Amino acid sequence: MKILMLGWELPPHNSGGLGVACYQLCKHLAAQGVEIDFVVPYTANHQGTEFMEVLGATSYSAELMQELLGGAYESARLTTYRSEFEDAAELPGSLREQQQRYIGYVRKLTSERHYDLIHAHDWLTYEAAQVAKHQLGVPLIAHVHATEFDRAGGLDGNSLVHEIEYTSFLLADRIIAVSQATKNIIIKHYQIPAEKIEVVHNSIDPSDFQDIPTEPSYAYIAHMKAKGYTVIASVGRLTIQKGLGFLLEAAKLAMDYNPKLLVVIAGNGEQYHGLIEAAAELGIADRVLFTGFVRGAPWRDVFALADIFVMPSVSEPFGLVALEAAGYGNAVVISRQSGVGEVLSHVLRFDFWDTQRLANQIVALSESGPLKAELLEHCRKEFQGLSWHRVAKQCLELYQRHQPEITASGKVAV
Amino acid sequence: MSRAICLYLHAHQPYRIREYGLLEAGRDHNYFIGGDPFGLASNEGIIRKVAEKSYRPTNHYLLQLLKRHPEFRVSLSITGTLIEQLEQWAPDVLESFQELVATGRVEILGEAYYHSLAFFYSIDEFEAQVKLHKRRINELFGVTPKVFRNTELAYNNDLAAWADRAGYKGIITEGWDPVLDWRSPNYVYRPTYTSKIRLLLKNYRLSDDIAFRFSDRNWNQWPLTADKFVGWVNALDPDQQLVNLFMDYETFGEHQWEDHGIFNFLEHMAGTYVQYEGNHFVTPSEAIAALKPRDYIDVPETITWADTERDLSAWLGNRMQQQAVQSLYALESEVMATKDIGIIGDWRRLTTSDHLYYMCTKWFTDGDVHAYFSPYESPYDGFMHFMNVLRDLRVRVDQALAAPPPKRRRKEKAGGPAHNS
Repeated sequence: MKILMLGWELPPHNSGGLGVACYQLCKHLAAQGVEIDFVVPYTANHQGTEFMEVLGATSYSAELMQELLGGAYESARLTTYRSEFEDAAELPGSLREQQQRYIGYVRKLTSERHYDLIHAHDWLTYEAAQVAKHQLGVPLIAHVHATEFDRAGGLDGNSLVHEIEYTSFLLADRIIAVSQATKNIIIKHYQIPAEKIEVVHNSIDPSDFQDIPTEPSYAYIAHMKAKGYTVIASVGRLTIQKGLGFLLEAAKLAMDYNPKLLVVIAGNGEQYHGLIEAAAELGIADRVLFTGFVRGAPWRDVFALADIFVMPSVSEPFGLVALEAAGYGNAVVISRQSGVGEVLSHVLRFDFWDTQRLANQIVALSESGPLKAELLEHCRKEFQGLSWHRVAKQCLELYQRHQPEITASGKVAV
Repeated sequence: MSRAICLYLHAHQPYRIREYGLLEAGRDHNYFIGGDPFGLASNEGIIRKVAEKSYRPTNHYLLQLLKRHPEFRVSLSITGTLIEQLEQWAPDVLESFQELVATGRVEILGEAYYHSLAFFYSIDEFEAQVKLHKRRINELFGVTPKVFRNTELAYNNDLAAWADRAGYKGIITEGWDPVLDWRSPNYVYRPTYTSKIRLLLKNYRLSDDIAFRFSDRNWNQWPLTADKFVGWVNALDPDQQLVNLFMDYETFGEHQWEDHGIFNFLEHMAGTYVQYEGNHFVTPSEAIAALKPRDYIDVPETITWADTERDLSAWLGNRMQQQAVQSLYALESEVMATKDIGIIGDWRRLTTSDHLYYMCTKWFTDGDVHAYFSPYESPYDGFMHFMNVLRDLRVRVDQALAAPPPKRRRKEKAGGPAHNS
């Protein structure tokens, strides 16, 4: 079985969980005999992707794209970016222009190569997927990692993106949602029948977790921890969707009860300056640290040093990062609006706006050894039961339902 | 030949703690989800619902059975926390209990007023709660309990010795196999290291057929008819003259629903059973008076009637529960020292074992039962609310103890303080 996989990012050139989910899914599909061509919108060196062919749709570098257009999650900046330079051809232009190039590439690709099925990840690739489906006449699976409703964090969002999503959901043969919560959004806001949508939760591989070196990247945080501070971390893009303002408000309330709290926010995004300001206004700026965008060891060490991981998302289709946190032994606290709560039950939950409840949970975890110990012990057991292999298997079964005559290894069943 | 069924029902509702945040501790002293008749999660709402689904219809059927069959007996234990809530929100139910007891064929068992595990943490508090219950039962029903049941039928040799010294004629617990060994629960026994008291053991197989399996369609004996059940009782070894059916009162109408035929079953089971020669019902006191004890039962380790483990692990098995119970009883002496009836009453309501039960994390085995009976989203929430309430109580206790004692007027001689000579 040969699949055309359409994505917008792969590690290490990813800005969030989307790239990780795509990578892991493909890796485990390939291990089960699926042949994959994966199209990304840039040219870059991807290590550890030997199990599939990664095709760059444009010659722009991943770094340039990320810097000028943002990551795979930008929809607010769809057409607003205009080059300040005369020589526009050296730059990718707007995100929309880049998307058009991606479509053109996929059109050319599908006139040269045949695929048994198209699997497209999120709105940025959906138009290209429709073109591919039109050319090849094969089933299209639209994988929804987030909708525009999630990204807009309760606001209206971009109507062009809504339009693209809506059309693609109608045209797709099958829709994969990363959580029941996302499935509900697709049913409610896009009026897609429930039968057309299958929930395939993201996952994680416990075996990927290695022992953390004893010397963590952040000496200051380690020092404060040794002085009895409890470290509360949140990792993600600093956008309205992630609800970090609520975390700061809750931290302020919690610090009134336990001043020895340290909040570490890792990531970058449009709210970066606003959040720094908010921390200062709340009078807790001395105990709120921003790492900026991090990857590799400094990213890992945020989890390694954290006692409590908080994901205050206003709307989080899944929230893969919470599984990472669970893997690093953090007590996980998530908003009820987060899909990952469908996979982990031994977590604390709050409505994203309920800062009092979150403050309560932070103080309780920082003060009560028994609460934290129980939570961690049971969360650990749940975490150990997760695997991407099973997710890929679920996807493969879905492929086979749409391609009953073809087996994973490409042989035609008799 | 003769055979007796001892049917004993345990009625209890706790004062559930509301979602009580840290920010309220030290400010808001209302801990319990009270007066909201429409809120399904409020204590009032729950009492009204359970009264409608279980207490009223069950008492109605029990009274009918008592009127129709002179051989019928039933025994009850009613906790103080339930009595208080019935008085407040369903006083007619309390009257129907009084009507049952007035027949003279309904025995009331003694227990700790607050359905607590105080026996294992503070013998003073335990005795105080037993005394409170005894007094309340006497006021309401004009009887004094002669047979004792501890919270969750938690039992060991020490408890039996205590009940013996306290003058009880009998005590009941679970007929758990490791304790019985090769013996049958269908006899009267004596606890080791006691002089007079007798021990009655729950026949958990037959009891649980009704209490847990009645509506279970996956059970190979479903549906359980009155004839089938009576057949099982009749088929027991004729030498075994006592069948102790002990269960939660709320089995009838709340755990097993009227729609599934539980009331029909109750009515017909009793009616069918007494039609057979020699079959009758007994109260625990009657069983003890009529039957000679067979053997001694030794229970060095505490057993209960809960879960597959039959121990206290559902209440005290994890670290949160340990912390909660220790923090609770650590406050006892100061709480009592305040002599403040409000503080003492609230603290005692917190000793109810249900609060610890809500913190149980055994989700994947017995967990579903716990989840069903918990008002909270998770055991962690149960723990946090409880601990926050203890924080508030701490503040109240400190304030009460710091306040100057009420001034007494003393006549003092003018010209300086009085001195002892």
